[in-house]
Amino acid sequence: MSPARDDFLVRAIDVSHTFGERAVLAGVSVEVGTADLLGIVGPSGSGKTTLLRALLGGLAPTMGRVERRAGLRVGYVPQVETVNWHFPVTVNEVVLMARRKGRRWPGPTRAERHEVAETLDHLGIAELGGRHIRDLSGGQQQRVFIARALLGRPEVLFLDEPTSGVDVRTRHEVLHLLGELHDEGLAIVLSTHDLNGIAAHLPRLLCLNVRVAAEGSPREVLTPAVLEEVYGAPMEVLEHAGMPLVVDRPDSRAEIRELRRRA
Amino acid sequence: MHTLLEPFQLGFLRHALIVCTVAGGLCGLLGVFVTLRGMSYIGHGLSHAIFGGAAISAAVSVNFFAGAGLWGLASGLAISRVTKRRIIGSDAAIGVITTASFAFGVALLGYYARVKRSIDATVFGSVLGVTRGDVVMVAIVALFAATVVVLGYRSFLFTTFDPEVAEVSGVNVGRVDAMLMLLLSFAILASMKVLGVTLIAAALVVPAVVARMLTNSFARMLWLSSLIGALCGLVGMYLSYHLDVSSGATIVLVGFLLFAVVFAATGRRGLRRTAVLDAA
Repeated sequence: MSPARDDFLVRAIDVSHTFGERAVLAGVSVEVGTADLLGIVGPSGSGKTTLLRALLGGLAPTMGRVERRAGLRVGYVPQVETVNWHFPVTVNEVVLMARRKGRRWPGPTRAERHEVAETLDHLGIAELGGRHIRDLSGGQQQRVFIARALLGRPEVLFLDEPTSGVDVRTRHEVLHLLGELHDEGLAIVLSTHDLNGIAAHLPRLLCLNVRVAAEGSPREVLTPAVLEEVYGAPMEVLEHAGMPLVVDRPDSRAEIRELRRRA
Repeated sequence: MHTLLEPFQLGFLRHALIVCTVAGGLCGLLGVFVTLRGMSYIGHGLSHAIFGGAAISAAVSVNFFAGAGLWGLASGLAISRVTKRRIIGSDAAIGVITTASFAFGVALLGYYARVKRSIDATVFGSVLGVTRGDVVMVAIVALFAATVVVLGYRSFLFTTFDPEVAEVSGVNVGRVDAMLMLLLSFAILASMKVLGVTLIAAALVVPAVVARMLTNSFARMLWLSSLIGALCGLVGMYLSYHLDVSSGATIVLVGFLLFAVVFAATGRRGLRRTAVLDAA
């Protein structure tokens, strides 16, 4: 575990969680500070979403504890694949639904309308407020949900697989946008299975496979040893434009069997 | 002219017109949540479960709302108890318990000769014997439901659209869900007499589906669905009197007619929107 920091926003201390008999997290510790942009990587079922939910406060872990700085404001962007795109809501309605305090009437106040317009403008989708959510491109849809999270003026933003099921262009847009928000001072934690498209571009990674397999910069985490242990498949890491590039190694079945056995 | 205005001049029919209109609007309002949450089957089941309670109330001369309400609550608890045994899905549990309750009600009403005649009326809805008390009851429930939905609008929308994110954003999702079930039970109790057990589900679903085809906004869908429900209630009740058909049937048929017209008029656009309402 990284040493305790003064600027911490949220930290998980020795967190374990089980669903029935199955352990999804075991002894996981991680800390998120004000300047962080942290990616949680790992195979399917490795506990990424569970850890994210525990950090958010949406799940009480079976063991261990999650500490948050007092009064911490968090924002959460769910996987776009879980959204019901046929639900009758406009962009403005989605963004405003998260604002509940101090308002007892369905319609927005003038101040709220202004705030929504400002947030959409900040994310480059100012003209889409009245549109239905289905009538948007993948990148625009992702921005709408980021706008909803930003309206609560969060200090840390959590995103669950922000690029799963989106095309390359949308992935670039999202990555670029998250970089900008981070530069503006927002702490960001995201889970991703996209090692090359997302993880390699982030300053800090946590590689999870129920337990923490590795933590550090992409160079420290995305190594053949770590990846083979976690994914149970032979992998090679090349150097591309100063960043690690993970590729599958087309090796023998025997080697894969051996790795799976060890994993 | 006199014939056309007749329903408005007879005391009990005036009451029935008010009850049908308000009950239609109430079902239209709650139907938005029922359809968008994929709960259409629960509305159907709840009305059938409550029928058992209504039959017991009639047989042992207990107040209808108290007897049917308690029975509905007991059925709800039984459903959740059965569902906890994971091998039985909630839809199957609803199917078993609510239809059993319905069957129990039918058997009971058949056994007690003095209430036998009212089976048809309870199943398909009747405006005979609608009292001032019924008017007051449905008005109170409608006012309560409208107030709760308006005051908790954003929580209701957030929970219906995205329960997981609503939960981590500080919405008490369990409370919102419980409140919705409570409103739904009240609405079914208050509308059962005029709409009938078997037709309440349609009164919940049809206005919301029609409204969905007409708008892409949640706020607009809410008031549009309430308006369509109220309109179907008023016109359906009026036709029920002139055609001498049960009120529940005419109200639902008016709704279906409106659905057919809007479906044809909105073409593929409307079809695409509603496709997911059914699948939800």
